[in-house]
Amino acid sequence: MNITVDGRTVPAEEGQTIAAALHADGLRAWRTTRVGARPRGLFCGIGVCFDCLVTINGRASIRACLAPARDGDVVTTGGER
Amino acid sequence: MTVYDIAVIGAGPAGLAAAETAAARGARVAVVDAAEHPGGQFYRHRPGDDGSRHHHWRAFTRLRDALKNVDHLAGHRVWHAEPGEPHTLHCLVGHADERPTTVRAQHLILATGAHDRSLPFPGWDLPGVLTAGGAQALWKGHGLTAGARAVVAGTGPFLLPVATGLAASGATVHGVFDANRPDRRVLPLATDPARAIEAAGYAAALLRHRIPYRTGHAVIAAHGDGRLEEVTVARLDRDWRPLPGTGRTITCDTLATGYGFTPQLELAVHLGCALTEGFDGTPVAAVDAAQATTAPRVWAAGETCGVGGATLAIVTGALAGYAATGARPPASLLRRRARQRRLAAALAAAWPVRDGWKSWLTDDTLICRCEEVPHSRVEQAIAAGARDTRGLKLLSRTGMGRCQGRVCGYAAACLVGAPERPDRPIAQPVRLGDLAAGDTAPIHPRAGADT
Amino acid sequence: MVKPLGGADVVVVGAGIVGAAVAYECATAGLTVAVVERDQVSGGTTGAGEGNLLVSDKEPGPELDLALLSLRRWREWAETLDTDIEYEPKGGLVVASTAAALASLTALAEGQRAAGVETAAVADPRTLEPHLRDGTAGAVHYPQDSQVMPSLAAAELLRRPGITVHTGLTLTGLTLTGGKITAAVTDAGTIPTGAVVNAAGTWAAEVAARCGSELPVAPRRGFVLVTEPLPRMIRHKVYSADYVANVAAGTAGLETSPVVEGTAAGPVLIGASRERVGFDKTVSVPVLRRLAAQAVELFPFLTDVQVMRAYRGFRPYTPDHLPIIGADETVGGLWHACGHEGAGVGLAAATGLLVAQGLTGGKPALDTAAFRPGRFGRPVEEAHA
Ligand SMILES: Cc1cc2nc3c(=O)[nH]c(=O)nc-3n(C[C@H](O)[C@H](O)[C@H](O)COP(=O)(O)OP(=O)(O)OC[C@H]3O[C@@H](n4cnc5c(N)ncnc54)[C@H](O)[C@@H]3O)c2cc1C
Ligand SMILES: Cc1cc2nc3c(=O)[nH]c(=O)nc-3n(C[C@H](O)[C@H](O)[C@H](O)COP(=O)(O)OP(=O)(O)OC[C@H]3O[C@@H](n4cnc5c(N)ncnc54)[C@H](O)[C@@H]3O)c2cc1C
Ligand code: FES
Repeated sequence: MNITVDGRTVPAEEGQTIAAALHADGLRAWRTTRVGARPRGLFCGIGVCFDCLVTINGRASIRACLAPARDGDVVTTGGER
Repeated sequence: MTVYDIAVIGAGPAGLAAAETAAARGARVAVVDAAEHPGGQFYRHRPGDDGSRHHHWRAFTRLRDALKNVDHLAGHRVWHAEPGEPHTLHCLVGHADERPTTVRAQHLILATGAHDRSLPFPGWDLPGVLTAGGAQALWKGHGLTAGARAVVAGTGPFLLPVATGLAASGATVHGVFDANRPDRRVLPLATDPARAIEAAGYAAALLRHRIPYRTGHAVIAAHGDGRLEEVTVARLDRDWRPLPGTGRTITCDTLATGYGFTPQLELAVHLGCALTEGFDGTPVAAVDAAQATTAPRVWAAGETCGVGGATLAIVTGALAGYAATGARPPASLLRRRARQRRLAAALAAAWPVRDGWKSWLTDDTLICRCEEVPHSRVEQAIAAGARDTRGLKLLSRTGMGRCQGRVCGYAAACLVGAPERPDRPIAQPVRLGDLAAGDTAPIHPRAGADT
Repeated sequence: MVKPLGGADVVVVGAGIVGAAVAYECATAGLTVAVVERDQVSGGTTGAGEGNLLVSDKEPGPELDLALLSLRRWREWAETLDTDIEYEPKGGLVVASTAAALASLTALAEGQRAAGVETAAVADPRTLEPHLRDGTAGAVHYPQDSQVMPSLAAAELLRRPGITVHTGLTLTGLTLTGGKITAAVTDAGTIPTGAVVNAAGTWAAEVAARCGSELPVAPRRGFVLVTEPLPRMIRHKVYSADYVANVAAGTAGLETSPVVEGTAAGPVLIGASRERVGFDKTVSVPVLRRLAAQAVELFPFLTDVQVMRAYRGFRPYTPDHLPIIGADETVGGLWHACGHEGAGVGLAAATGLLVAQGLTGGKPALDTAAFRPGRFGRPVEEAHA
């Protein structure tokens, strides 16, 4: 299956989280912080740190490391909201 | 009927064992777990996994099979546990399609596990720096390698499976650096045959992959332009201060780092459970001999009441399952708990966190990643009168961000010199619209239908 | 035996915003000050509330006069203090949902204006707050309403030369000689002094008792919701006209009214409930739900915004909703500066000023009769409930 990340098609496997799909695609950072515009991606991997936030199908501030990828998911990265 | 006899929160080793035991005694049980698949951190796996990456896989398949006797509410994140008769668990299901739901139960067993404990150092927020558990979760849960060139650093025996996992996933591991120098004579692994075998397996795997294992060393800085490019490793004195002239850099794209684990206590605090000091002196839920917390009809098991690994989690989970169904546990189980606790205490003593890590910090090292609070501002807040993590939060915003101090809490507590006081009324972010909508109808128990 | 600590002209009990303000103004007046705080700076209600400096929610009378004086003093402080205390004169917007509510709001605003408050009727509140729901009856804009970060302000005020802060020290009593204070007694030593100011906020009744006096101060619990950080969507402090009625109500039951504001740091704060339930820290989900519902009603876009955290605090409630400021009528040298309920931050600056003026024999900047500690006579029974 595939998801769309900022308009780009990215493959995802059944059971993968959005973060895993991004990571498998070679991305290591997909967000910048509010104050220092620091790049952030995966850190804790289990939903604790909130570093990995993305927007999925228009819903903002979702932890990519928790959300399972579904075929056709539209993911937007960048800021926090 | 909309009330379960028992709701177990967490489907890790502790929660699964609790559910199995309680269901076997006829209780109507719900297992409420944030994860999509059962197993928690230890048994994290991929759908269709054959267990080749796992220790004790057989124990897991047995526990997993027992889930057919309970309602396994996977993907249910509890944002608040409200005490009462019955207790109410306010949950969220889904992500982009998130919706609220409610579980009611007369008795609760908290088996919410732990998360990695991190220490800050310059560059620790560069992409490519992961928690040790996070790297492990990528491998166990997704079969992915965290990166091509990896370094593992921190302290504790957990670094070993992380390193071998990275190597098995295809990464070149340039070293495992444990800040402690555990004394081989008191090394307690030998007291537990299962662990000794496990440790021997890791040692062989390190050798096979030619992974250097250095004690008394730490990654004291990470460097890179927008992502991790190299780390500085230094030899440490006994107090973890870098020995001058011992620093060297290692080129890598991935650093997996962890300094132990911090129990997830928010639900215990919601329910009014008293906390106490765990094996390493940091807060855990206080339990009595029957795993009962101080709150009425609430038990706790696994790392919620002390970080001690999967075996202790299973044993305490089963004990909580007996107690919550009013049954006497077999004496053998109590003996196993005593042994596992001794082991956990010995492990905590052999792998402490020493104060010298503070000397790794520079003024601009972030302590709080969410609110981007540098070390200098933390020191200013302490100078201005902050005496614990709450004061630090008010005077510097440390721990005020999205993670509510879960990531920086341990370090902040060390810096301010007072233990963490976990107080997070909202354990998972909840949308205002869902909060506003009021309680949803509780889930109807399916398991153990009326007899 | 207790050991003597360094002496001071005044000992202030409590390092909340009120104690800090009293200490600051006393030091400014030339007194040496020792602050005794059993927890830490802002460890009490000051660290568990919000930082609004409001005139909009006060009916004409002594409290409004105090608030206006305080507002001026806060502005001066913001200009003179070294550190940023996040002072922001953002203005308040009080929204009426019905024509009837608008009529009483307008009447209130007229009285306030006569007392010196700047007010402006706003026919379409969405010109000021574009994300507000439509269909409101109208609003009143209060440009003077401001905001500070109370914990930072307290810490900054306490840095003034002339002030010594002792954290982790509990006031346990007084040493009296001939009915007058000669020392403050703490759990770690005595502090020779001629004056003690009870600025113990919600715990002021306990401190008064330890000092041989009595005050009817009781806790009134409040919850606040904090959302995830957002770009600035809400510019003023926005609340519904019902709020004024709730603030003034004294019932023990739960009252909530939406008070919604954006912060410079990003999160939107949603307050605040009022309940008289003692010092019960248990989270009340129904209260959180009510606050959320009311916020979403005012700002529909909030529906999809996440609440990140919540906290609660205990306001120092008095039976007549007025603070207690002035000399104790029985213990010579004992002063009280407490019981500011939900307005302690806003009223702190003037409170500090009045206490310092009293202690140095100066002429008070306004008539303090309404705040007299002795006004309750025998303690009101229900205040101790
Ligand atoms: C990321 C990570 C990886 C780890 N990997 C290993 C490893 O490979 N080998 C090893 O020996 N040890 C590992 N550990 C250590 C591990 O904590 C213990 O070995 C063991 O899993 C503890 O069991 P438990 O049942 O107490 O908790 P866990 O296994 O942590 O299970 C707790 C469960 O509770 C759920 N939960 C928590 N809070 C909520 C909530 N509010 N709502 C709903 N559900 C909730 C969690 O999602 C989780 O599924 C890891 C720890 C972490 C943090
Ligand atoms: C949810 C909520 C929202 C609020 N919003 C606002 C607002 O927007 N604007 C506003 O103006 N006000 C607001 N308030 C009210 C405001 O927070 C309080 O009125 C104010 O903080 C009181 O300050 P204080 O210094 O009197 O008390 P505190 O801050 O409580 O300070 C008293 C101190 O005394 C110490 N103490 C007690 N006993 C002893 C002892 N025996 N020895 C030594 N020390 C002792 C305590 O530890 C404490 O630190 C709000 C309150 C709440 C709960
Ligand atoms: S990586 Fe920490 S929350 Fe997703």
